[in-house]
Amino acid sequence: MMKKQTKSGLLAGGLLMSGMASAEYGLNLPKGVSDYSGQVYDMHMMVLWICVVIGIGVFGAMFYTIFAHRKSKGVEPAQFSHSTTVEIIWTAIPVLILIAIALPATKGMMQMDSPRDAQGEPVTMDMTVKITGYQWKWRYDYLDEGFGFLSTLTADSNIARQKGSGVDVNTVDNYLLDVDNPLVIPTNTNIRFLLTSDDVIHSWWVPEFGWKRDAIPGFINEAWTNIKEPGTYRGQCAELCGKDHGYMPIVVEVLSQSDYAQWLAQQNGDAVAEQPATQNESSGTELTESAQSDESDTDMADVGETLPTEVGESLTETTSDETDEQMSDQQAQESQAQEVTAGNENEQSDGGWSMDKLMARGEEVYNTQCLACHKIDGSGMPPAFPSLVDSEVVSGDVAKNIDVVTHGVSGTAMAPFGRMLPAEDVAAVITYIRNSFGHETGDRVQPADIEAVLQ
Amino acid sequence: MSHDITHDELSQDHDHKPKGFVNRWLLTTNHKDIGTMYLVFALAMFILGGSMAMVIRLELFQPGLQFVEPFFFNQMTTMHALFMIFGAVMPAFVGLANWMVPMMIGAPDMALPRLNNFSFWLLPFAFVVLASTFFMPGGAPAGGWTMYPPLVLQGGQNVAFLVFAVHLMGISSILGAINIIATIVNMRAPNVGYLNMPMFVWTWLITAFLLILVMPVLAGAVTMLLTDRYFGTSFFNAAGGGDPVMFQHIFWFFGHPEVYIMILPSFGIVSEIIPTFARKRLFGYVSMVYATAAIAFLSFIVWAHHMFSVGMPLGGQLYFMYATMLIAVPTGVKVFNWLATMWRGAMTFETPMLFSIAFVALFTIGGFSGVMMALAPVDLQYHDTYFIVAHFHYVLVPGSVFAIIAAAYYWLPKWTGHMYDERLGKIHFWWSAISVNVLFFPQHFLGLAGMPRRIPDYSTQFAEFNMWSSIGGFAFGLAQVFFVYIVIKTVRGGQKATSQVWEDAKGLEWTVPSPAPHHTFDEYKPVDLNRMAHGDTH
Repeated sequence: MMKKQTKSGLLAGGLLMSGMASAEYGLNLPKGVSDYSGQVYDMHMMVLWICVVIGIGVFGAMFYTIFAHRKSKGVEPAQFSHSTTVEIIWTAIPVLILIAIALPATKGMMQMDSPRDAQGEPVTMDMTVKITGYQWKWRYDYLDEGFGFLSTLTADSNIARQKGSGVDVNTVDNYLLDVDNPLVIPTNTNIRFLLTSDDVIHSWWVPEFGWKRDAIPGFINEAWTNIKEPGTYRGQCAELCGKDHGYMPIVVEVLSQSDYAQWLAQQNGDAVAEQPATQNESSGTELTESAQSDESDTDMADVGETLPTEVGESLTETTSDETDEQMSDQQAQESQAQEVTAGNENEQSDGGWSMDKLMARGEEVYNTQCLACHKIDGSGMPPAFPSLVDSEVVSGDVAKNIDVVTHGVSGTAMAPFGRMLPAEDVAAVITYIRNSFGHETGDRVQPADIEAVLQ
Repeated sequence: MSHDITHDELSQDHDHKPKGFVNRWLLTTNHKDIGTMYLVFALAMFILGGSMAMVIRLELFQPGLQFVEPFFFNQMTTMHALFMIFGAVMPAFVGLANWMVPMMIGAPDMALPRLNNFSFWLLPFAFVVLASTFFMPGGAPAGGWTMYPPLVLQGGQNVAFLVFAVHLMGISSILGAINIIATIVNMRAPNVGYLNMPMFVWTWLITAFLLILVMPVLAGAVTMLLTDRYFGTSFFNAAGGGDPVMFQHIFWFFGHPEVYIMILPSFGIVSEIIPTFARKRLFGYVSMVYATAAIAFLSFIVWAHHMFSVGMPLGGQLYFMYATMLIAVPTGVKVFNWLATMWRGAMTFETPMLFSIAFVALFTIGGFSGVMMALAPVDLQYHDTYFIVAHFHYVLVPGSVFAIIAAAYYWLPKWTGHMYDERLGKIHFWWSAISVNVLFFPQHFLGLAGMPRRIPDYSTQFAEFNMWSSIGGFAFGLAQVFFVYIVIKTVRGGQKATSQVWEDAKGLEWTVPSPAPHHTFDEYKPVDLNRMAHGDTH
């Protein structure tokens, strides 16, 4: 995992600089990277300076009177106790100041609500990204392109952040501000965001964009941006959303339009995934590779790189909601993949996944998706987050176990992972928990079993 | 019942104090004893809520998790807020009202003494119910004091306890408020008109109306949470056709006036103290009354400025922005009036005055960040970050809490008959005033630099300011333990206080002996208006 990050970090070239800049020690609101965020910054500075000037007046008068009008200096107290003139003045002046502040603020809000260009014409949106909040990860769906993926705190942050992990968090790159799959968007494009949530209220916030917007279950909120500068921009969930509210960062990779087109082509499988190493400058390509291999099974990514179009396509789609139909297809192709991918001898003769492969994949999934609540040793934090060690669900009937993981448990933080993760991930993780933490059920849950209950 | 006992023992006790712990405290109907119980209760809750804040600052001292799990951290932030708001600040104000309002208007007691006893004794039970959740499976409420669904409904068994505790606190507040209004309207000495009343009485009258108007709204909101959780309703459940944002509207319709419930009595307190130590009448008394009423009115029509990020229509956002900005005007008037009261006075700087001046200065800083956040587009950056944590702690800690501490030093000699130790009081002031700024000022920077609130761990670029903030926090916490020591020392003994206590201080409370006898003003007769603390009404 570390190696992958270093690789993508180095290859990201120019992106690295802005990544470092955002990790700098900040005192003030960032100016941001869109026209809008610049306006917000200017408004912030204006009202800040107005407050500073008023403050100098008020505190100056206060210090003067404390210094000059003290009994120890032998002064006699004055007798005045009202002055209509003065009172009218200090009522009227603040009103005028407030009007002066309200004007740009009104303009700014109208710009956020219904953006207009310099000529006053309504701005049209070039693309739409749907953002869904989950406890505790984000999902990004590219509505125009028909694909999407989950974005989760990276494993090294996730391990270092555990209490008593023994890892010095200062050694972790972008501690708590790094994800496996960043949102990738192009520069100089009007991008509409549609925000919603699948469980509790979250809030999507990248300070450099100049706004935050709540992701609310049952609602679709709207926001937009147009980023001028390519770079990596980081943010966090801003609305308390439960135990791991502090651990659902947001990372946005903004690519130049050509890099973005390339990245998109790869996501769509329109290009052969393997790119010549000479394309280092177009960081998008390289980032994509690591992103893709993070998001799906490593074995599968290998497959994707060596197989032609259709397979790449189906691989991408398995990460979206519609896993059901694709899977049988994919499994069929997997046996083909065996032939082209060297060292993939784990496949069983029955076409299912081997125990070793399920366990390896399961551990990976467990460490990104489950560890937050159930802990690395499965002990959980009962009763809110049950222990898997002495769980009857885990040691008992496998069908019940599949049901719990696939459909979640309503009224608790246990999410319906069948809708969020590819079936093979769900299968692998169920296999993993049923054969870890002291359990030795020997059950081998196959992706097909998950599909079956999702039907 | 207790009445008979006091009659029997009349000869031994000039104060008519009931004998025995049960009669004196549990069954008391005396406004001073109930006031004392409120104040002691508030101090205990302040220390408890403060220790939760210490846990928070300890965990945030450096990045990485060292002491508590994130889930427990969320319980700490939630319970810290509930304890401080409903357990410390509000009961402290009610305690001050109990002690001072009857004495300030020449009344023998509160209008409804038994109700007074009941409204106090609800509180310890409410907080036992609330605190008991710490020992339950699933732990204490961890969804924030704002109790937003759907998150709060994931709380397991604690939801019911949270809701019932809030109900009890609400009933206590409503009854207390009814009592205060009834007292002020009906029990003033015969020649005391409304515009003769001290500012503290005025601010409490207005606060009491706020309480009566908004506490039932909170009760309604939490009751809907209860039925959503246990009886299958869908008020706030989108899947059942409900609306999670509706809860926020209802909550903040309570919540914003609640903010002023916690600050208006502070305005009253410093409006008593500053004239005393400036040896000059309060400047612009009438405009102070109008400004307080204006702030109270505005507090009902600005609630959604807490919710700019939920995606309201443009018109709604603009309206709430403009209405919010208006609050700056009457609040500014108040600050200017306090300054003008000090202007060309003959000031001395005893501990209550020091805390009051610090109140005016630091509350103004909280006011500035308030104006900044009124601007909706910029608020979308500040919202839910440490910037707002800094803002509301500036108005609540060096705001409300400093005012309460100032009131305690100002009236302790009247309550106990002993002067507090001025040297220790000044140490307490400087210790608190410096540490509170080390604690909260860096949080402005943290918020602007992008640190969200309510997180147990943070990215390493936030480490330095968090460390400063924690150091300030520990120092401030320790200073308040020192305050408890000063109070206990004063109760136990010290220089005898005169009835006047402070040179030339206005106010009927200074016409009765120190400590104030168990019963004061028990004859219905005119008082000397020149001794009242009101300002010049032309």
